Amino acid sequence: MKIDIRSENGTAVAKLSGEIDHHNAKELRTQLDRYIISAQPREMAIDLASITFMDSSGIGLIMGRSKLMKECGGRLEVRNTQPYIKRVLKLSGIERIVKIT
Amino acid sequence: MEVINSIKFVMPALSVNESSARAVVSSFMIQSDPTVEELADIRTAVSEAVTNAVVHAYRGTYGSIELTVKLLRGREIYIRVKDKGCGIADVEQAMEPLFTTAPEEERSGLGFSVMQSFMDKLAVKSVPGKGTTVTMRKRLAEHGN
Repeated sequence: MKIDIRSENGTAVAKLSGEIDHHNAKELRTQLDRYIISAQPREMAIDLASITFMDSSGIGLIMGRSKLMKECGGRLEVRNTQPYIKRVLKLSGIERIVKIT
Repeated sequence: MEVINSIKFVMPALSVNESSARAVVSSFMIQSDPTVEELADIRTAVSEAVTNAVVHAYRGTYGSIELTVKLLRGREIYIRVKDKGCGIADVEQAMEPLFTTAPEEERSGLGFSVMQSFMDKLAVKSVPGKGTTVTMRKRLAEHGN
């Protein structure tokens, strides 16, 4: 599991790679929260292009970061979601809260 | 059910074994030549069932999880995930979408919804204090489809 956060046109883009499951979500949560709290970005995007697996643990991860971004006065979006991952996300209705592309 | 092949994998209820369980199912399924979607569906459902056992079955204690995968005649995959943990007092409630007893761990409460949606059949049997058994089935498309 890897995470790479860079600023692109004013948006903090967190590129995740590998698998998102309950085991990995803990570490991802810690790293993303540390960044959000210290950098306080107004716009943040989680890029899932290089994610090879995601179960419902990913929903909790995205929901939690979206909540934290809102509390910090910012906004979260999710990018490059593969069709299979979209199916998992759709079950949660998360697209009503977070922009998913 | 006529079993063509089967495999049993017993693992300690450690979160790192969520990916081990997915790897076992993936390698077993190669013989049935599933589509990418079928494989993704079954891997995800297994991941959810094993994660449930890791997160809920043995809180504060140690135990094991038994994963059984069978290939049945008619290109049907049978999965059983069994633990001997604390069990579920109200299975119906546990299966409700978004119901979770671990919100502090950001569990979304969608594990059973994913299993239901990605597999053809899902059954959950649980006895408080004795453990939980989740069985799932999915029929694969015929070759060439």
